[in-house]
Amino acid sequence: MTTPALLLKGGRIIDPSQGIDDVGDVLIENEKITHAGEALGEVRRDGGLEVIDCTGQIVSPGFIDVHCHLREPGREDVETVATGARAAAAGGFTAVCAMPNTDPVTDNQAAVGFIVRQAQRAGLARVYPIGAVSVGQKGEALAEFGEMVGAGAVGVSDDGKPVKTAQLMRTALEYARTFGIPVADHCEEMTLAQGGSMNEGIVSARLGLKGIPSEAEEIMAIRDILLARRTGGHVHLCHMSTRGSVELIRWGKERNIRVTAEVCPHHLSLTEDAVEWYDTNAKMNPPLRTADDVAALQEAVRDGTIDLVATDHAPHHYDEKEREFADAPNGIVGLETALAVVVTHLVVPGILDWPTLVDRMSVAPAKVFNLPGGSLRRGTVADITIFDPSAQWTVDPDRFLSKGRNSPYRGKRLTGRATCTIVGGRVVFKADGGGRMSDVG
Amino acid sequence: MTSPVLGKDLLGLEELSAEQITLILDTAEPLKEISERTIKKVPALRGMTIVNLFFEPSTRTRISFEFAEKRLSADTVNVAASGSSVSKGETLVDTARNLEAMRIDMVVIRHGASGAARFLADRIKSNVINAGDGTHEHPTQGLLDLLTLRDRLGDLRGRRVCLCGDVLHSRVARSNLWGLKKLGAEVAVCGPRSLLPNAIDQMGVQVFDRIEAAIEWAEALNILRLQLERMQGGYIPSLREYNRVFGVTRERLDRAPRDILIMHPGPMNRGVEIDSDVADGPHSVILDQVTNGVAIRMAVLYLLAGGLPELAEAAKG
Repeated sequence: MTTPALLLKGGRIIDPSQGIDDVGDVLIENEKITHAGEALGEVRRDGGLEVIDCTGQIVSPGFIDVHCHLREPGREDVETVATGARAAAAGGFTAVCAMPNTDPVTDNQAAVGFIVRQAQRAGLARVYPIGAVSVGQKGEALAEFGEMVGAGAVGVSDDGKPVKTAQLMRTALEYARTFGIPVADHCEEMTLAQGGSMNEGIVSARLGLKGIPSEAEEIMAIRDILLARRTGGHVHLCHMSTRGSVELIRWGKERNIRVTAEVCPHHLSLTEDAVEWYDTNAKMNPPLRTADDVAALQEAVRDGTIDLVATDHAPHHYDEKEREFADAPNGIVGLETALAVVVTHLVVPGILDWPTLVDRMSVAPAKVFNLPGGSLRRGTVADITIFDPSAQWTVDPDRFLSKGRNSPYRGKRLTGRATCTIVGGRVVFKADGGGRMSDVG
Repeated sequence: MTSPVLGKDLLGLEELSAEQITLILDTAEPLKEISERTIKKVPALRGMTIVNLFFEPSTRTRISFEFAEKRLSADTVNVAASGSSVSKGETLVDTARNLEAMRIDMVVIRHGASGAARFLADRIKSNVINAGDGTHEHPTQGLLDLLTLRDRLGDLRGRRVCLCGDVLHSRVARSNLWGLKKLGAEVAVCGPRSLLPNAIDQMGVQVFDRIEAAIEWAEALNILRLQLERMQGGYIPSLREYNRVFGVTRERLDRAPRDILIMHPGPMNRGVEIDSDVADGPHSVILDQVTNGVAIRMAVLYLLAGGLPELAEAAKG
C-alpha cells in the first residue's frame, strides 16, 4: 500500500545531527525522510501529497524519552502501553523507553515481547522496552539480556531500585557489552536513603520528614562510574539530581569512561520548596533538591555533561497520592509537560538554545540508547516533532491523555507545545486549532 | 467556625505570629482557675461536638484534651486507631469525611505521619487541632511549655532555653523551637549529632555538643524523651552511654552557675535522659507543665470555637 507523501512546509527546521537550523521544507515518502532543508517549491507526487503548514513552528527529529513507566502489565488502572504512548505523542515524543518495574517484572523475552506487541497495537509513539538487570529486579541473578534484546529490549535497568550490589553491577556492565546496550542505573544508596521521603536539608528538618541526602545518589553514581571504568561497559545514570553527581559525571567523562546521564524536567525546574505543605505531587525519587542543585543541573545539560532530558513519567492513582506524605508513592507524570518545562525554564531564560534543546531531547537519546531516529537525514525513518516554541498554555492535568494526573505543574503557565507528532511518516498526534489536544492515531 | 485570632486550625507554631502565640497564652491565663474549682465546668463550648482522633497511642495528651473539652462542656468522642475502621484499611481522608458527615465541629488529631494534621485540615471544614503529627509539630505542647516558662521567667525575650536530646525525631522540639524564637527567647539544642537534624545550623539555634556546656549556658532545660527505639535504630549505642554523656543529673546541675528550670514533656525515662532526683527536684516544673496543658488546650478550643481572648474571663460564667 502506498501512503501519500507528506510535506512539512515552511517551518524552522532544526536538526543538530546535521547542523541544520533553517526555514524550509521536510518531505516524507514511504515512511522515510527524503528531504529536509531548503524550500522545495511546488511538489507533486502520484500517490498524493498532504501538506502541513509549519509556519512559525519548529520542525525537529522526534523527541525520545528514554525513561518512563507505562505500568503495563500490572497497573493498567494507572497507565497502559497504549495510554502512555498516546500521552507521549501528545507531548511531542515519537518514542519512549518503558522501564521494567512492571508486575510481573519485565525480565524475560516473553515479557519484553508483550510490550512490543502492545505498542504495535496502539500504533502511536514507539515504545522500546528496557529489560530488568536482575530476575524479578531482586538484585540477585542476572536476567537474560541476550534474549530480551532479541525480543526488542534496548537496554537494561532495575529502575525503581538501584542495581543492588557492586558485584552485580560489574557483571551486568561486562555482560551487556556483548549486546551493545547500556545498563541504566537508579542511583540510590539504600541504607542512607531508607525511609526518606524528600531531600535532606532545612526543609525536611522543618517539616519533620526523613530526608534523603545527596550522598545517597552520589555514592552510587561514583560506584557505577568506577565500575564502568573497570569493565569498559556503558553505564547510563538515570534522573540525576545533585550538583555532586554532575561533578562526578564530569570527572568520568574527562577520563573517557563510558558514562552517560539523564536529568528530568522537574529536577531542572523545581526545588525542595515545592514540598512545603506536604504536596505529594512534589514527591519523587530522587527528590527535588536545592536551587544550587537545579543551577548545576541546568548548566550540565547545557554543556553536555548530562547528555539528555528524560521524564521519569510515573503515573499514580489519585487515591495513592491523596494521603500522608511519607506514605504516598514516589513519582509524577511528565510526558505532556516535559517540552514546555524545559522551554520555560531553560530556553526562555537563555540557558539552552533551540538546537541544544533538540539535541538533548532527540539526538542524544537516540545516540545513547542506539535507537532509530534522532535525525532528519535523508533516508532516516520519519519520526518528527513539530512544536510551537512560543505557545503559552496553562497546565490542566485533567486534560492529560495519560491516565495519570499527578503533576506538580497543575495551574502553571508554561511556554512551548507540541503541535504535531509524526511516527514513521504517519501523524499520530495533532493539536487542533483551539489548542486543545486530540489524538488522531 | 473560624477564629478571628487563629483562623480555622491550629497546625503548628511555625506558622503563628508572636501576637497569636501571646494571645493564646493570655487566654489560657484566666482559664487555669476553672480546673481549681470544685465543679470544673463552664458552658463555653456547650453544644459543640469534638472528635479526638488518635492514630497513635497517647495517654497524657488525649486525657488533657478530653479534660479541656469536658470542662468547657463540649460533647466529645474518642476514636483510637485500633478497633475502628482505620484498622480495616480506611484512609485518613475517608475517616475524616465520615466523621464530618456526622456534623462535628472540631477534630483533634494525633497521627504518626508528619503533615497529617494539615492534610486533614485542607480537606474538611471542621476546625483541626494538631495533637502531634509525626516528627513535625506538637503545638499545644509547645504552647504549654511556653506558658510554664512564662509563669516562672516572665517575659521570655532574651531568656536562654535549651532543648536537650532527640531533636531529630521530636515534634515537641520543633514546636518549642519556633514558639520560643517567636517570643524572643534564645534557643539552643544539645544532643548527639546523630539525633540532631543535619540542617540544625540553618535553624537559628545554638548547638551544644556537651550537656555540661548547655547547663552552663541555660536558664531552662527542656529535656526530650529518648525513645527506646532510637537505640535499635542505631542512632546511639546504648541508653547507658546516653545517660553517662547526655543525662541531666543532679551532679551536673550542681555545677551550674544558676538555678535551672527543668522541664520534660513526658513520659520520662528516669535514669536515661533525666535522673529521678532532677525530675523530682526543687527546680522541676514538670507537673506544672501538665497542669498548664489543660488550660492551654481549653484556650485553643475556646479560640477556635470563635471565642475572643478578651472575653475569656467572662466565658467562665
